[in-house]
Amino acid sequence: MSINDNIFVVIMASAIFYGTPLVFASLGEVLAERSGVLNLGVEGMMLLGAVAAAWVSTNVGGPAIVVLPLAILAAMVAAGLGASIHAFLTITLRVNQIISGLALTIFAGAAGLSSYLAGIWHLGQTPVANQFLRLDVFGLADAPIVGPILFHQTLLTYFSWILVIAASLYLFKTRMGLHLRAVGESPQTADSVGIPVARYRYGHVILGGSFAGIAGACFSLMIVPTWVDGMTAGQGWIALALVIFGFWRPDLMLVGAYLFGALSSLSLTLQARGFHISTAFLAALPYVMTIVVLVIASNASSRRQLGAPAALGKPYEREER
Amino acid sequence: MEAATAPAVAAFHVTKKFPGVIANEDVTFDVRVGEVHALLGENGAGKTTLSNILTGLYRPDSGWLEVLGEKITFQSPRDAIAAGIGMVHQHFRLIPTFTVAENIALGSAHDPIGGRFDIAAIEERIVALSESFDLPVDPRAKIWQLSVGEQQRVEILKVLYRDARVLIMDEPTAVLTPVESEALASTMQSMARNGRSVVFISHKLGEVASIADRVTVLRHGRSVETVTENDVNALASLMVGRSVESVKQTSESISLFVADSAPVVLEISDLCANGDRGLKALNGVSLDVRAGEIVGVAGVAGNGQRELVEILAGLRRSSSGSVQVDGESLENGSTRHPIRLGVSYVPQDRMGTGLAPDLSIAENMALKKYRRPPVSRPPFLRQSVIDSEARELMAQFDVRAPSETTPTRRLSGGNVQKVLLAREMSGDPKVLVIASPSQGLDVGAVAIVHQLLLDAAGKGVGILLVSEDLDEVLSLSHRIAVMYEGRILDTVNRVDADVQRIGLLMGGQMEESA
Repeated sequence: MSINDNIFVVIMASAIFYGTPLVFASLGEVLAERSGVLNLGVEGMMLLGAVAAAWVSTNVGGPAIVVLPLAILAAMVAAGLGASIHAFLTITLRVNQIISGLALTIFAGAAGLSSYLAGIWHLGQTPVANQFLRLDVFGLADAPIVGPILFHQTLLTYFSWILVIAASLYLFKTRMGLHLRAVGESPQTADSVGIPVARYRYGHVILGGSFAGIAGACFSLMIVPTWVDGMTAGQGWIALALVIFGFWRPDLMLVGAYLFGALSSLSLTLQARGFHISTAFLAALPYVMTIVVLVIASNASSRRQLGAPAALGKPYEREER
Repeated sequence: MEAATAPAVAAFHVTKKFPGVIANEDVTFDVRVGEVHALLGENGAGKTTLSNILTGLYRPDSGWLEVLGEKITFQSPRDAIAAGIGMVHQHFRLIPTFTVAENIALGSAHDPIGGRFDIAAIEERIVALSESFDLPVDPRAKIWQLSVGEQQRVEILKVLYRDARVLIMDEPTAVLTPVESEALASTMQSMARNGRSVVFISHKLGEVASIADRVTVLRHGRSVETVTENDVNALASLMVGRSVESVKQTSESISLFVADSAPVVLEISDLCANGDRGLKALNGVSLDVRAGEIVGVAGVAGNGQRELVEILAGLRRSSSGSVQVDGESLENGSTRHPIRLGVSYVPQDRMGTGLAPDLSIAENMALKKYRRPPVSRPPFLRQSVIDSEARELMAQFDVRAPSETTPTRRLSGGNVQKVLLAREMSGDPKVLVIASPSQGLDVGAVAIVHQLLLDAAGKGVGILLVSEDLDEVLSLSHRIAVMYEGRILDTVNRVDADVQRIGLLMGGQMEESA
């Protein structure tokens, strides 16, 4: 038996595979939250992305190398549109962010707009025509231990790594990133030095939403890969918890995403190996973990200590008196 | 000189209205190049609104601004910064989790927006600036690590970093110690000598008279006059529109003693308590207050005054000792019991602890009597009674507001204090505990508040007045207790009060020849 059949190697490889959508979704959410806007619509935006990607992958003709980027782009646009509703409601109309985000998830999510679109487009009967397959990078896929974990993943996973690095550099090493964090910490201060608060918030909520769209596409083009109603199965909520779990830092969120990915894949892996642990229990683990993280973070003072942007969830109005 | 013909910045007939309030009306003034120009006015006179217009945060409803003789319109603070106008806010616009350098560079047009954030180069520029203006600060420190004085230096550097020619400073000395204030005054004058202009907003007559070259007086949102006056009394009458002398005389005319026969309404014996950090904050405090007597507690903040006051209001538990109100002992740590015994409390943090800022004046005034008739007919409140009682109290205490339904957060500092006093005095209390009653108030409001306290004492209320302002304590109290490190070092009658000795006591110096 090869070392690559070792249970830990298998779990780590599948942790990265299943954790990939979480990386995209939490990365998108952190951009929005760093600007001070909480978006609970992640789950809904992911499903919009998933359905748009499935449609393009099934109905657009051409080689995979053309169709797949188009599918991703469609996912980003669809979810970005969803996010722009949230942005308009919360930034311009100053609606309560929690309510608007929940509304977005209900509107776009399972049994909502995404199911409707899938219905009229007749998606889900067959696997999507073009999907992201595991690659053999540098021919190292069979290398001991690191092969299956690092060199036998799909393009989406490698793209997510690039985005994590880019987002970290953007947040902490560029002027715009500094401005973004200032907007999330204290919009008054940012405004007083001439940073366009609303523009930053709109931009990052919509960009963040489009990342959630890619996360959705991970399901319909890579993990499942077809359309199933409500296929994200609450992963959008896990992404929200991950932002807290990763202290609003992309690098730590990546680690957290793979931890949750491991928990998600545990039931499949252990079942295949004939372990006798209740699969229902294993399948529930990521959600239990999510609840624990959210409970810890629900206290405002602990949230500050964890590094939450100080103005998170608060609308900004200039001429307040 | 060119300065005379083209002011660094000028406002012409500026008017700005908010719902129910005219904040500025027909304000005209100009600031010359290289001068320190004071905007003097009471709280609520429209100083802050005017500065927000000058810095592009608000747009005037009518009127216009000129910079160096050219008419200009600001769409946002960015435009004002580009025109060379920078603001040092009273409440600092700094991000606590960012470093000094990050805060200073934030939003600055010095470097292209998309570019890399070259923090080393920024730090170098900050060091150069802080040396040339003598504003020492470590660019790598995080804001939360700095003292208030240092944070203000960062605010000033932030404006200088943007090459501002006009610096607007909103009540800059309000948060500073006297030594820091003096340093700031010389900074302002050195900036003016370097060809910059300083707009210095204040209601403190003394510092305006000593620092400013010219003074524009604002009253009820209007610019009254621009003068080169440095006589404090003349400025005071311009600011309040009446003579402040009359009030002073009243306070000097109070009786010097309270009869020994007056009953003791508040008796504190050997009180000990811990502070927020678990360290001993009160260490055996004993003090009596008689009916009709004002006992002033003097001392530097942080010597146990806050803990003492909070115990009396039931907001903090004592660890030992006792408090008796009119012969009944106060339950430890109950907030309702002191109210029932007749203890009224006006906290230092009026907006946070004293009032609910988003509730109306009427609702705030009913907060202590909502359990009893006539305000309440369980389980309902009677809004009409609440409103009519509030209108009466507003008239009685001269609260100026559009109506009793106005939220208290819209009120100026003086009116906030009047609302609080109205509520606390309306239940016929036996004891009034009041902390820093005049902090942040302008001259006119201070006089009114002091008069209200004297009236209350005249009606037989025993008042415990805790204040850092020694002049206030000396002018109002019958007796003065000096607190230092959780103990009362000495209690003196006002007639025997020796300011120098009290000053020494406040610093913990017990003289040898006692």
